[in-house]
Amino acid sequence: MAMSSKNSYDKPVGVVGAGSFGSAIANILAKNTDVILYARNPLAAKKISESRKLHGLELNTRITPTNDLKFVAENCDVIFPIIPSENFPALIDDLSPFLKPYHILIHGTKGLIVSKDNWEADEEMKIAKDDVFTMSRLIREKTLAVRIGCLAGPNLAKELADNQPAATVVASHFDEVISEGQRLLRNDRFQVYGSKDLLGIELTGVLKNIIAIAAGALSGMGYGENARAMLVSRGLIEMIYLGQMLGANTQAFLGLAGIGDLVATCSSKLSRNFTVGERLGKGENLADILNSLEETAEGINTIKIITRLVKGYQLRSPITESLYKVIHGDMTIEEALRFLMKAPFSIDIDFM
Amino acid sequence: MRKVKRTPQVIDTSKTYDPILSDNKVWPVVKLAKNRKEFMERVIEESVRRVKKLRPNLNALIEELELTRYREKLRYKTNPWKVHPEDEVIFWNGVKSRLLDLENDEKKEKQELADQILKDIVSRYVHEITGNFKPSHYRLARRVITFGFARLLNAARIKKFGSFWRGDLTLQDKIQITGETEQLRKLAKIGTVVVVPTHFSNLDSILIGWVIHTMGLPPFIYGAGLNLFNMEIFAYFMNSLGAYKVDRRKRNLIYLQSLRTYSSMALQDGSHSLFFPGGTRSRSGKIETRLKLGLLGTAIEAQRINYEMNEEGRHNKIFIVPVVTNYNFVLEAPALIRNYLERKGQERYYMESDRYDKSGRILKFLFEFFTKGNNISVSIGKGLDLFGNYVNDEGMSIDTHGNRINTHDYFLFRGGISADAQREEEYTRMLSEVIVREYHRINRVQSSHLVAFTAFQMIRKKHKNLDLYSVLRLPLDEIEIEYEEFKKAFSKMRNRVIDLFNNGKVDMATHMTEDIDNVIDLGISNVGMYHSRRPLLKNKQGNIITQDINNMYYYHNRMDGYELEKFL
Repeated sequence: MAMSSKNSYDKPVGVVGAGSFGSAIANILAKNTDVILYARNPLAAKKISESRKLHGLELNTRITPTNDLKFVAENCDVIFPIIPSENFPALIDDLSPFLKPYHILIHGTKGLIVSKDNWEADEEMKIAKDDVFTMSRLIREKTLAVRIGCLAGPNLAKELADNQPAATVVASHFDEVISEGQRLLRNDRFQVYGSKDLLGIELTGVLKNIIAIAAGALSGMGYGENARAMLVSRGLIEMIYLGQMLGANTQAFLGLAGIGDLVATCSSKLSRNFTVGERLGKGENLADILNSLEETAEGINTIKIITRLVKGYQLRSPITESLYKVIHGDMTIEEALRFLMKAPFSIDIDFM
Repeated sequence: MRKVKRTPQVIDTSKTYDPILSDNKVWPVVKLAKNRKEFMERVIEESVRRVKKLRPNLNALIEELELTRYREKLRYKTNPWKVHPEDEVIFWNGVKSRLLDLENDEKKEKQELADQILKDIVSRYVHEITGNFKPSHYRLARRVITFGFARLLNAARIKKFGSFWRGDLTLQDKIQITGETEQLRKLAKIGTVVVVPTHFSNLDSILIGWVIHTMGLPPFIYGAGLNLFNMEIFAYFMNSLGAYKVDRRKRNLIYLQSLRTYSSMALQDGSHSLFFPGGTRSRSGKIETRLKLGLLGTAIEAQRINYEMNEEGRHNKIFIVPVVTNYNFVLEAPALIRNYLERKGQERYYMESDRYDKSGRILKFLFEFFTKGNNISVSIGKGLDLFGNYVNDEGMSIDTHGNRINTHDYFLFRGGISADAQREEEYTRMLSEVIVREYHRINRVQSSHLVAFTAFQMIRKKHKNLDLYSVLRLPLDEIEIEYEEFKKAFSKMRNRVIDLFNNGKVDMATHMTEDIDNVIDLGISNVGMYHSRRPLLKNKQGNIITQDINNMYYYHNRMDGYELEKFL
């Protein structure tokens, strides 16, 4: 591996997850540092090594692909786990024996985990706030790592891969995690902002996927910008309420990772969640859509979790709940829209 | 009754502990006392360095000095205390004129003069903070406590003055120590221990001091509120027991840095310490849920510095041991809860005053405490490292999978130990959350707390649409709970406590599993038993009534935070 920096302490940085976002982040990091990129599938790791290509993207020469988590943990102090939330618990189980209190973990996963087994099948099971885990909480409770952060913002993988200008937010309770994230990620095409509100920033990234699906659905039904603008702004308010319920502050939702990411994902066919919504809007069946997707659309799972969660608390989340009925087959997408248009919420802003 | 799946610890009051260090010359606190001068010099030098690091340029430093002087003047003018040194006014007037003179000086001399003023202020603070531990006094104070109070106890129990000299009852019968006592003794031999108790009563520091001695541990140093030194008898005990003084009214940067440096350096030198992390006594009667992070942070800092120095053979690991005191009766309860409700209700300005400000009163207080306050139990928690992991008996930190943790790693950044104040603040916050969790876990539920909790929750439930303050203002004659109803509710609460106990979420006294009528009777007769207005009583019909609902609320609060009310 090339060790070519002036800095005397120059360990490579780990990226766990070779999906489209993971590889885009690996390429960005490789502008500043050596990178070890972990792929879960050994064959995939081998293929990446040989072809030096991933998702049609040329890999930077400073990236070393691997299939060995121990190798990642032993060689890297800083690790970016960027994998779908459904695989996160298993990854943590595998990685945890190698993690030490000096490791810094900055994750880029925009989903939630429910700690109860079998919650999806058992619809009567109650889900409380305490049962819902963000990735940072999962890392904190299941490993020895304490210096934990997350990455969120309008970062469509394809545009990052094309080296288009963009910005992101690194959030952590620790200043050193933020500054380390900034040092490693920042370049002249990529701006990195810092935030101390870890939970808030995580939740913006998670919750915006719900709204992205709704925006896609409107677009799939053939509606234009007025409809989208209505949805984005009402969606933001719903996100804020859900965020507050889960213990976050409002501020994060108004920044780059909130409004910023919402605008990007609600307008772009490059977003998987938007695409799922769009195809739903065109009348496709959910199972077919999910089968044809190459990567996970986190929003679907988030809708299920949030709908089950709000049941136990006195909170309305009309957009999420209607989408839940749609994906559950209890409502058509037109009915959902009609329902939302009639919803008796006439106050514009009441959260500030 | 719910099945009890583990056995509540039975307390052996006859158990005695040998001193872990028989030669008191090697007690860390004795060494500290012996090198008192030299130690203070080091603390002064280091505190000055720290303040200058925070106020690196001359103007900022002068501004800080001005601000400190102004606030100090405000303090001693508005709230003069007996314990204040006589030259207080002279000193601060001196600072004032020296600061005025600064204006006229040349830049170069200005810095030197400002530095000197800073050093004088720090030196004054450090002298005030530093305890005056004398081994001979310690022995005497200890004997007074163990012998004297045990005698008083006998006299009061047997109600005959003649029995004063009989040794039927000892203090140990009255104060029961439960939990991880053996581990605490081991940890005190391997490293430096910081005991962090809950704080309900002014007597806590003496109580814990006695517990530490009874367990065969060398004396601990601890920060005691300067207000306690207003009372001579307290001052005597405190000084003798290794207390250093903490003045909570001084919130200026220079004072706080001096105090933190003192605590940190004493820990680095291996002095076992005691912090009340809640800061002041719990006004509400609730177990602390928010801790003061200042002194706790000094333990984390001291740990990092110990690792940086990494000297061979140095006792360099610091352990945190949470301790919970369980009283059936807190003498100050009525005043504390009134104070709490006033503050919470109206946020109105409140001047701290202590009812027990005269030595005579305090003696009476002590007498009442030791004679009337029926059995007190003190729960010793499992040892923790500074990052909230449990340690084993060898002092090794162990993760949830049973693997050893190298705690050194918590301070590593880019391959080396780094000092990062913000990181340590965050660690302190994390540690405080674990301590709060441990408090709730080792809290030993007594019937007295649970009867108060059940009764108050029943009253609240009955008056659902009233807010807390309206409930507390209900006419007393309207409050009567039918016994059978109460018993049913109490049974539900007890079952829930047993569930929590089975899952290791709380501890409980052995009497809790007895016949329910007995448990209720015991609880009612014990809860706040010597208040002139009892929190709970049974009337002629056997129904539950109260003479003071505020007091009931106070003892009820002890069980707050377990969400028991959801099961009522």
